[in-house]
Amino acid sequence: MSDITLNKTEPVRFRSATEESPATRWTLIAIGFIGLSILVFAPLIAVFVVALADGIAASLKSLASRDARDAIRLTLTIAAISVPLNAIFGVAAAWFITKFDFRGKAFLITLIDLPFSVSPVVAGLCIVLMFGTNSLVGGWLVANGYPIVFAMPGIILATMFVTFPFVARELIPVMIEQGRAEEEAALTLGASGWRVFFTVTLPNIRWALLYGVLLCNARAMGEFGAVAVVSGKIRGQTATMPTTIEMLYQEYLSVAAFSLAAVLAMLALVTLLLKTALEIRHADQLATMRRH
Amino acid sequence: MHIEIDEISKQFGTTAALSPVSLAIPSGALVALLGPSGSGKTTLLRILGGLEFPTAGRVLFDQADATNLTVQERRAGFVFQSYALFRHMTVFDNIAYGLNARPRAQRPARAEIARRVTKLLELIQLPDIGARYPSQLSGGQRQRVALARALAIEPRMLLLDEPFGALDAKVRKELRQGLRDIHDTTGLTTVFVTHDQDEAMELADMVVVMSMGKIEQVGKPADIRAKPATPFVREFIGA
Repeated sequence: MSDITLNKTEPVRFRSATEESPATRWTLIAIGFIGLSILVFAPLIAVFVVALADGIAASLKSLASRDARDAIRLTLTIAAISVPLNAIFGVAAAWFITKFDFRGKAFLITLIDLPFSVSPVVAGLCIVLMFGTNSLVGGWLVANGYPIVFAMPGIILATMFVTFPFVARELIPVMIEQGRAEEEAALTLGASGWRVFFTVTLPNIRWALLYGVLLCNARAMGEFGAVAVVSGKIRGQTATMPTTIEMLYQEYLSVAAFSLAAVLAMLALVTLLLKTALEIRHADQLATMRRH
Repeated sequence: MHIEIDEISKQFGTTAALSPVSLAIPSGALVALLGPSGSGKTTLLRILGGLEFPTAGRVLFDQADATNLTVQERRAGFVFQSYALFRHMTVFDNIAYGLNARPRAQRPARAEIARRVTKLLELIQLPDIGARYPSQLSGGQRQRVALARALAIEPRMLLLDEPFGALDAKVRKELRQGLRDIHDTTGLTTVFVTHDQDEAMELADMVVVMSMGKIEQVGKPADIRAKPATPFVREFIGA
């Protein structure tokens, strides 16, 4: 019985080996919050404040203008074409890199990373040089009625170039970690290569793929540099949302510029929310996949 | 099924994983490929299963050349070292996978598939786990599910890569008997890879001792224990 009375004394609280002192913890959290506030939250709020400076009616009116609507439609079209294509290329690239050993593999990985390190403007100029009217290929295409530069195909090419690494980069580590055993097992059970891909590989990488696609989508909608070079920024034809925002801003139409910027920011936020919602909804499933 | 390995060699780059090896496995035998890591035993098993192809030599199934058969055509029930269960599928779907993967004309009806899966779950003495996911199973249960999944395709042979490697000693003993029973029930020619000489000696009818890509000795456990053919075998089995 005396044991029980002894237990009533205040329990000693041990700190685990990896835990920091409360002071350090709070300082680190504060630094993180302040950094995020200055760099992310404040500018984001500023965009919405300026957009609504003349009231919501003025803001909506500017968005209803033809130029704004054309820009939104073009940006969504570009994303709708380039993101699925990049998802397919990304899966194919990740598949080849992780499942096969071949000569030039390191070179291919470097190549996938190239768009991260090359300035988008340079990428845009490369496309102009390749497909511009003065080039061999471009001249022939223009003569036959398929212009690339200053037209939709050029914008898609530029967007795809810039966003190429997102899907592959998300998938490669996941696929390396998962190894080939499950695919081999499916093959020994008589499944064809395609069946293995759709019933084993794809379900195992779906979360990484989704994450890659969402990031790719956010970047595709927001790309400015490369698109500005190849599109020629023709209003109503090749001006995307980011380039239109820039043009409006240069013309001191700040409400119009920031209203469109707010819409672009919201598209990105919706992407993020979608990802978070999916994560919450499938949390248990995600946990089982990771535990295994 | 009778398996004949005829002068098989395997080269990975410049290193030889298998020097030419020959081996005849009688129909219905339970054979252990025993050796330390790097002895080529897993490579030989994967060549039998069609997951690797030999640099030279032939594999014969019932006297017919099977060297060029694809992994799907071999119809080998393969149990992987880490079991490689499909983590996003239930145990039921895992076991049914091979039947569902058959071309439509040969695929059993849904009810028939369910019946067979239920029967296999009974065979591995885990009748109630069909709805669970692999992550919800213990190591021993996973191994048995992997075995049931391999048996579902009505394989011509059973190939197991370190089937007891990831289990604790007690479960290991139980499952050894389980494999023996399943082998005796099905009568399938069974080849398993192990580095544990106790396991090989206790379980197998025939033990193949391997080292550095070569076969050191083939024989009944008792014979190998009584008369080790080489100094390596003597040392490895601790006789």
